Amino acid sequence: MKNKHYPLLIIGGGPAGLSAAALAAEHGLACALIDEQAEPGGQIYRAIESIPEPHAKLLGSEYQRGKGLAQAFRNSSADYLPETRVWSLNADLQIGATRQDQAYMLSAERIIIASGAMERPVPFPGWTLPGVMQAGAGQILFKTAGLVPDNGVVLAGSGPLLLLLAWQYLHAGVEIKALLDVTPLGNHLTALPKLPKALLAHHYLTKGIAYQIDLKRAGVPMYLGVSDLKAEGDEKLQTVQFKHRGKTKTLESELLLTHFGVIPQIALTEAAGCRHDWDGNQQCWRPQHDDWGKTSIEKLWIAGDGAGINGARSAEHAGRLAALDVLQSLKLIAVEKRDQLSKKDRQWMLADRHIRPFLEAYFQLPKSLLTVPQDDTVVCRCEEISAGEIRAQVNNGHDNSNQLKYFTRCGMGPCQGRQCSNAVAHIVADCSGKNIPETGLFRGRPPIAPLTLKQLAAMDVEEQT
Amino acid sequence: MFKQLSEPLETISVTLNGHKIDAAKGMTVAALALSQNLPYTRTTPVSGARRAPFCMMGVCYDCLMMIDGIPNQRACATLLSEGMRIETQQANGPDWGER
Repeated sequence: MKNKHYPLLIIGGGPAGLSAAALAAEHGLACALIDEQAEPGGQIYRAIESIPEPHAKLLGSEYQRGKGLAQAFRNSSADYLPETRVWSLNADLQIGATRQDQAYMLSAERIIIASGAMERPVPFPGWTLPGVMQAGAGQILFKTAGLVPDNGVVLAGSGPLLLLLAWQYLHAGVEIKALLDVTPLGNHLTALPKLPKALLAHHYLTKGIAYQIDLKRAGVPMYLGVSDLKAEGDEKLQTVQFKHRGKTKTLESELLLTHFGVIPQIALTEAAGCRHDWDGNQQCWRPQHDDWGKTSIEKLWIAGDGAGINGARSAEHAGRLAALDVLQSLKLIAVEKRDQLSKKDRQWMLADRHIRPFLEAYFQLPKSLLTVPQDDTVVCRCEEISAGEIRAQVNNGHDNSNQLKYFTRCGMGPCQGRQCSNAVAHIVADCSGKNIPETGLFRGRPPIAPLTLKQLAAMDVEEQT
Repeated sequence: MFKQLSEPLETISVTLNGHKIDAAKGMTVAALALSQNLPYTRTTPVSGARRAPFCMMGVCYDCLMMIDGIPNQRACATLLSEGMRIETQQANGPDWGER
């Protein structure tokens, strides 16, 4: 293990973390990047250094961009703490971490969290069956292990990642039994006013259209405006049921990959006690921050998709902006220098984000998915609490997420609410008539990652300076 | 359910529910389970329902398995290592009194 105290610690090795570390190190700041993975890249550029070239090609040019980022980070003087799991972070900037079974504490003068995004968990009937997975899981299996479905796959959901994965699978020779798009057809109209601005970042649109054309040409059955998605089977997925143009259809499949957009991973900002807001456009909680990424906690920054979903490109710029602000706060650069050095990143970020309002409106999920109308659908995968049980407690007057947690155990299992908090917010608000921000966010408690008593007891604790 | 696109360059030896398997080096335990068509990786402590890896990025905690005798390990966040013993986890794992 290296130093236990750093002027700057960065948590997360995706685009935001890598670019923040490289920039800080370039300015002579001693910093370290902590990451759970064995190599840099985060989820978006997962396995970027070790992936066989033919597989990288199949994933497309956007993926291969990660190579440069990882290289720049490797070439920098920043310390790298891979395979390190953060299980605690507090407002005094102390970090509890585990590496190779050894737990220890780290501390810093400044911290940049670059925790990134996770798939939005959307409960629907049968979503806990073996054989139902998230689209991101399919991508991670492809990137890290070269694994692809061998008996065909049904893809369902909404959002750019679903199309991208379909396109990647198509080129990898995977049989796509169907692509079920649950995006409401009415979204075309509501998103239309945002289209002119989106055209300023038209490469995203042209890419999406190109993917669709490729999929159609290849004869992939594509269903638009799908509703009533159901996964069915006896102890494993056997059939996927859905409604299309008023008719119920059933497809046989052992694998269903779903995607309902992505949301920020907030376990770390919650643990630290940062204030969070509900983002109505992105339909998720996100930490409050200023336009440098500084959170409600002094000396703690957030950069990249963990701050709110803006994509991988934007995350690179956000990482650099946070690093510049950290440098300024440590008086290593003057305010004017920070502002001057940030100009290009701000311009690129602004240009890149032109697409966002359109994407957010176009891929807005229908209420019938977000509020889990079927009473017997499991919402909390860990404690197996159904939507009906949650609604019953809301009807008993418990119209606050944390109250609900105490009464039902919803959110108290191993995932600590990561999978159910978003759905609970929608259900409680819908059922009580309150606005989501009023229903509150689950309080997070450390340890936020698995830690055994043995690891805790054997922890190397020294007097903190 | 999943197959390898190309032959692995290097393999290591592990056991999955007592069966010896040569697996690709650098793979996670969850990836191995899926490539071996393991029908499920754990049963839930609440209802005994079968579960398998869902998110593959360490946030859903549904791929908890017994790894080298220690229960509740996220299979998707654990890289395979030589000689690793991997077992499907039943509910909370073994009764601690027996250990």
